[in-house]
Amino acid sequence: MKYVLRKFFWFFFALYIAVTINFILPRLMPGDPASVLVNKLQGVEEGSMEAIRAAFGIDTDKSILAQYGDYLINILKGDLGISISNYPYKVWDVLSKALPWTIGLMGIATLFSFIIGTFIGIVVAWKRKTKVANSVLGIFLFIRSFPYFWLGLILVYFFAFKKPLFPLGGAYSIGVFRGDGLPFIKSVIYHGILPGLTIAISSMGYWMLTIRNNMINVLAEDYIIVARAKGLPLTQIMNKYAARNAILPSVSGFAMALGFIIGGSLLTEMVFSYPGIGFMLYQAVQQQDYPLIQAIFLFIAIAVMTANFLSDIVIMLLDPRVRDGGKK
Amino acid sequence: MIKDMLKLFFINKKAFAGLIILSLFILMALFAPMIAPYGPKQNENDGEKFPLMASPSSEHILGTTNAGYDLYSQLIYGSRVTLFVGILTGLITTFISLSVGLFSGYLRGTVDDVISFVNNVFLVIPSLPLVIVIASYIPMRGVLPIILVLALTGWAWGSRVVRAQVLTIGEREFIKVAEVMGEKTVIIVFREILPNIISLVMAIFFTSTIAAIIGEATLEFIGLGNISTVTWGTMLFWAQNNAALLLDAWWWFLPPGLFIGILGTSFALMNFAIDEISNPKIRKR
Amino acid sequence: MGDIILKLQNLEAGYIIKQGDIKAVDNVNFELKRGEFLGIAGESGCGKSTLAYTIMGLLEDNGRIFNGEILYQDKDLTSMTENELKAIRWQNISMVFQSAMNALNPVMKIGNQLIDTILSHKKDFTKRDAINKSKEMLKLVDITEDRMNAFPHQLSGGMKQRVMIAMAMILEPDIIIMDEPTTALDVVVQRTIIDKISDLRKQFNFSVIFITHDLSLLVEISDKLIIMYSGQIIESGLANKVYNNPLHPYTKGLMNSFPSLTGKLQDFGGIPGKPPNFLKLPGGCRFHTRCPMKQDICSKVAPPLQQINNDHTARCHFVKKGN
Ligand SMILES: Nc1ncnc2c1ncn2[C@@H]1O[C@H](COP(=O)(O)OP(=O)(O)OP(=O)(O)O)[C@@H](O)[C@H]1O
Ligand SMILES: [Mg+2]
Repeated sequence: MKYVLRKFFWFFFALYIAVTINFILPRLMPGDPASVLVNKLQGVEEGSMEAIRAAFGIDTDKSILAQYGDYLINILKGDLGISISNYPYKVWDVLSKALPWTIGLMGIATLFSFIIGTFIGIVVAWKRKTKVANSVLGIFLFIRSFPYFWLGLILVYFFAFKKPLFPLGGAYSIGVFRGDGLPFIKSVIYHGILPGLTIAISSMGYWMLTIRNNMINVLAEDYIIVARAKGLPLTQIMNKYAARNAILPSVSGFAMALGFIIGGSLLTEMVFSYPGIGFMLYQAVQQQDYPLIQAIFLFIAIAVMTANFLSDIVIMLLDPRVRDGGKK
Repeated sequence: MIKDMLKLFFINKKAFAGLIILSLFILMALFAPMIAPYGPKQNENDGEKFPLMASPSSEHILGTTNAGYDLYSQLIYGSRVTLFVGILTGLITTFISLSVGLFSGYLRGTVDDVISFVNNVFLVIPSLPLVIVIASYIPMRGVLPIILVLALTGWAWGSRVVRAQVLTIGEREFIKVAEVMGEKTVIIVFREILPNIISLVMAIFFTSTIAAIIGEATLEFIGLGNISTVTWGTMLFWAQNNAALLLDAWWWFLPPGLFIGILGTSFALMNFAIDEISNPKIRKR
Repeated sequence: MGDIILKLQNLEAGYIIKQGDIKAVDNVNFELKRGEFLGIAGESGCGKSTLAYTIMGLLEDNGRIFNGEILYQDKDLTSMTENELKAIRWQNISMVFQSAMNALNPVMKIGNQLIDTILSHKKDFTKRDAINKSKEMLKLVDITEDRMNAFPHQLSGGMKQRVMIAMAMILEPDIIIMDEPTTALDVVVQRTIIDKISDLRKQFNFSVIFITHDLSLLVEISDKLIIMYSGQIIESGLANKVYNNPLHPYTKGLMNSFPSLTGKLQDFGGIPGKPPNFLKLPGGCRFHTRCPMKQDICSKVAPPLQQINNDHTARCHFVKKGN
């Protein structure tokens, strides 16, 4: 229990730091984003400016501490200001439209890639002396060296442009609507395959390599030799002794990797014009929509930290040493 | 010990392959003016304008851009900035990781607590979004901000690994002996500890260089780089912004990405080899 | 003492590495009787663990048996298939490994680790039977049955090692090989564990091959002693004979030594210098580079292992019959 509390505390603290970084960044930056904002916001009614004023320090008459206080309160209220490029919509409204797409696409793709990548990694480690295992390893090593967005481009080029098996982009066909039910869902799945594949293929290598390295370390442990000596069936050694131990670092590294994968997914969305937060970030960057950029960053940070917290909890369930507070 | 490692490094097939590929790219960058038929931003030769958006031909092996630049020449010149940014960022990142990790791991106590805390915060803050946010604020578009931003957001992983390693080494007999003999901290760290983590340092360098190369390309691709310099990343930016894909101009967006990947692979190969050499467990059972 | 159950004949085994072959077990012969306690001693790196792993058929991937036979009840283990070996391993010959600390799966309750051993061999056992048997075994090594639900990290080093001993005994084998079972433990715990082993052996009449670098541990409990140097047996015989009348200079060196806890000290006891590299073995007697009694012949002619008197052999030019 102490462990959970400690992790919970850390979760909130990290969150707080991320929120604060979000506050400090625009003030540290050389470009004076505040004045850019003032220019862009000309004509915006005063009432909706409150959150932006605090967050970017446009209220020059207020002290920085007061601005910070206002900013924190606004965040707690869920008020992230208005989106410049989507005026007069609030940042939160814009964001909440994009979120489900990203979460759905990335969530499913990441889950798939974690499961498949981990499985492949275990097999590759187990059979590491074979040619097949080595070539699989080589292929993943190679794929991992490419930028996500380029892999996305290539997939679009070959499977949407050259051979129009899949759509070029977007999340569903024009002319299909949410209310349509099954046709809508079908369209969404159809549009999600290529971007999902991009995310899955490029992140799979990470999971595969991580678990492979863990497995190789674990396979040299004495308890594996003992398990073999005891005459346990191979599947039992592989699952209950080797993989069960090798998966631990993968799980505890999940959040860190997630930050990396989210980064890649953002780019994937940009390539596929997929209406998630990645594509939104892209547009926001083009139009210097700082409130939106900040909000997206904040949101991603929250997502990663939540994932971090969850993986800490899962580790606790999987590793008795952590449960007893013995090992970090 | 370092010598033995280097020797093994040259014997190892993967390392050797990686080294060869990297050397080819470095040669390409150094001798770009000699290899490339034209300059990166040359759109005419002897008063004769280059065709726009041309497909590959004998004059233009990889065709031309919509501004009439020769893509083959751009590809070759592009290696310069790409390599420079990648390697320099890799070096800076490694340096930060190493110094932070070494001292935090060796000094322990409060110093370590504070550094570890900051380190952990940096670890969980997703770096690419942070990089994008920061880069979007910086008015100056160029190579320097990219290097700084990538290095400042990329060190956390490395320093944590170094710290963990230093903690275990610090327990060993010979460090204790050095301490008892009253050696200065700095001397212990550099003379006794550093040589023992040399393979780790190399691994961090290779990993962060790959990350930097991809990071640079990414930033430039979204338009956060200096789009008037020619790098593999900006080539992809222009290709994307001129809908090269829909125009079936594969020669525009395929080669730069491929080169990024191959360059990345060369570092990955060396990284892998280091792991094979320094982790005896890989050879076992 | 009963019939011979294990017999090694001209056993040569070791590892193949890029730089050459390492023959860490070189022409080893011995016999083990039922219920007998055989002690094997030697410096770190002399091939003790390799010998143990060879008998178990558990050599690493680059390990090889180059020559010789391992006869368990007259069946040659070296020519058996992996499946045939599996039937004998643990069921008839089991082992306690060198590093007790890591020999237990950290994420599994120790009870389950005992139970899975039973269930994978005894097809007629129910889960209930296996649980009962495991509790019984734990009791034998003085661990209460509520520890069945403990995870390895919740036990002390000595307890873990006792669990490993229980695990080695659980199928009631004829032979248990113990590879430095006490090395990582402190002296008091070492003592209790060795006493325990000695008790259990009397009770269940299994044979023990006890490997250590600390000769002093072996003296009281061994029936026979083998001293290894650089892969070879350099002296062997009844324990009290070897102990009271060591013949080989190396054994003498071992006798007046107080080995460190890790056995990794460069100067092993009274003997200065390091054991030779397996890839660059010296000509003649392998010990001559460190031998205080070295003569010209030692670097030229390799001495054979000769019978000095009843139940006592040594590999040295200067020990004579009736000595
Ligand atoms: N997998 C391997 N590949 C190559 N050489 C090996 C391998 N395992 C062990 N060796 C070498 O074989 C020799 C014998 O090793 P072994 O482990 O049998 O020694 P030991 O007597 O058990 O030592 P210790 O008291 O330290 O356990 C050593 O020189 C060792 O370096
Ligand atoms: Mg050993």
